[in-house]
Amino acid sequence: MPNELYVVAYDGEHRRAVDHAIESAKRSGAKLHIVHVIEWSPYRFLTPQELEERHKRRSEEVARAEAEVIQPILSEMTAAGLTATGEIRYGNVVELLASIAQKQHATGIVMGRSGGTSFGGRVFGSAAMGLAQVSPVPVTIVP
Amino acid sequence: MNRIIPATLAAALAPLSAAAQGIDETINSVVGSATGPFVNFIFAPFPGTSFPWIVMWLVVGATIFTFYFAFIQARGFGHAIGLVKGDYSDPDDEGEVSHFQALATALSGTVGLGNIAGVAVAVSIGGPGATFWMILAGLMGMASKFTECTLGVKYRNEYPDGTVSGGPMYYLTKGMAEQGRATLGRILAVLFSIFCILGAFGGGNMFQANQAHAQLVNITGGAESFLDGNGWLTGIIMAGVVFVVIVGGIKSIAQVTEKLVPLMAVIYVGAALIILIANYDQIGAAFGQIFQGAFTGMGVAGGMVGALIQGFKRAAFSNEAGVGSAAIAHSAVRTKEPVTEGYVSLLEPFIDTVVICTMTALVIIITGVLNQDPTTGLYVWDAELGRIATEGGITGVELTSAAFGSTIGWFPFILAIAVVMFAFSTMISWSYYGLKAWTFLFGEGKASELTFKVIFCIFVVIGAAMSLGPVIDFSDAAIFAMAVVNITGLYFLMPIVKRELEKYNAKLASGQIAKVK
Repeated sequence: MPNELYVVAYDGEHRRAVDHAIESAKRSGAKLHIVHVIEWSPYRFLTPQELEERHKRRSEEVARAEAEVIQPILSEMTAAGLTATGEIRYGNVVELLASIAQKQHATGIVMGRSGGTSFGGRVFGSAAMGLAQVSPVPVTIVP
Repeated sequence: MNRIIPATLAAALAPLSAAAQGIDETINSVVGSATGPFVNFIFAPFPGTSFPWIVMWLVVGATIFTFYFAFIQARGFGHAIGLVKGDYSDPDDEGEVSHFQALATALSGTVGLGNIAGVAVAVSIGGPGATFWMILAGLMGMASKFTECTLGVKYRNEYPDGTVSGGPMYYLTKGMAEQGRATLGRILAVLFSIFCILGAFGGGNMFQANQAHAQLVNITGGAESFLDGNGWLTGIIMAGVVFVVIVGGIKSIAQVTEKLVPLMAVIYVGAALIILIANYDQIGAAFGQIFQGAFTGMGVAGGMVGALIQGFKRAAFSNEAGVGSAAIAHSAVRTKEPVTEGYVSLLEPFIDTVVICTMTALVIIITGVLNQDPTTGLYVWDAELGRIATEGGITGVELTSAAFGSTIGWFPFILAIAVVMFAFSTMISWSYYGLKAWTFLFGEGKASELTFKVIFCIFVVIGAAMSLGPVIDFSDAAIFAMAVVNITGLYFLMPIVKRELEKYNAKLASGQIAKVK
């Protein structure tokens, strides 16, 4: 199935979802699109000093994520013979993954879960539960 | 007092208190006499009248900008809301400073004791009619804010490392140089910077510390409080916290404050709404007093002119429209069109003055904390204090606190927390504004910046120790002096803003700029 594309959420630390996606892609020949989301709200309050430095900080954050998160994983995937792309985005992880999957006409989304309790997830919400509610495509949640 | 500290502690502090009364009085007399000539110059009346020229300056400025931009405050209000909601934000700019964030940070510098204590001062001296002029000044000030914040973004400095710096210092220098008025622009920028530093010490610092201390005294027993007359003590504690933030770089305190201030603002406005709803049958009468008092004075000395002077003074002090300070915060926004931040900034005087200040004024009027003659309905004038008589002769934050406390008994304690938070966040914002002006004059560098920051902290102690009268006079004088220089520059630069506005509106009309969501 060469036209399949999976959007894979990767926070730079927990590899379970990425490893699962790699194994699946090896079997199916699907393409992978790695998304690293830096949590951000345009309604977050900043001090005047933070305003002044925001553009600089953002550039540093993007450069760090590119060098330490996206590039290493893409190199690994390319070495494994997979076709993979990646992007770094700011915002809400659930909204962004759903939106990217829709725009890219993805077959599905693969993401890990933080390992929190069901009760905690219900009270405070979890990205995996939130995505399952709003995703326009099937979601694979890797334990 | 006895509810707050044990009697033994109060007794132990008694000798200290006696000596400290002297410290407060000494600071009051030395600083008061040093700032006197400057204050007298700024508030000098037109010959043969009691009308200060500075108030006319503010009225004329706001009127000219309102007409020059054809009532942009009304025409652009809806578009400003759309910009703040992010309707026009480029999705590629996620993680950059949004319009909302620039507005919120600027508001944290303007919403403060001016809204709580300043309004009480205005209403007690100018009567309820001062509220009418304050609202009018707020509405017209939206056009001044639009002008200065558009220029703030257009002429900001963007450094190679990605940081940005903007404000009147930059648009006066660069904008006027473009017009062939480089020398005049440079002179105005230097004058602005000097007054901005004084404004940072005054309204952005001393007034905040003074009124925060007043409210702490108020809730710990008033005249019997161990803090009464020991403003220097509150000042040293507040200066210590400010010091660790602005010198020690303890950002977490500033970040916590920045997050708590909006909550405090919501609680404050919520409490005002509860009082207004509980007394909904008196709102019509209160507005009646506001309109009647605006033109007759209702027994207040000075009549209509007195109400107008107080309304315009306190509105300008509170929303800082035409002062130039907020342009420093607004200029950090990520936008390709400077005029978008002009639109967003016009919401600032609306929120600050038209909404929050009006609520404070309505609560003060409705709760009856200003003494009225029951037979004539006129306010009782206290000639000795030069303001409307109140129970205990209180004014400023104490009067607002009494007004809220008359309906919600425990609210003065919440108000004390809010006041300290507001004061602190305004100090942090103004320490930044002052520092920008300082480095514009003296250059950047650790020693130079540390010098400013240490002086700033010393003024926290001075402000808390002094009495309200000289503090508010100096604070007003410094902030209005900024407005003299800034508005002069804005007259020269407003054609540039108009061109920016026309270009932007043409793009909107052609669909080149459209909503993204």
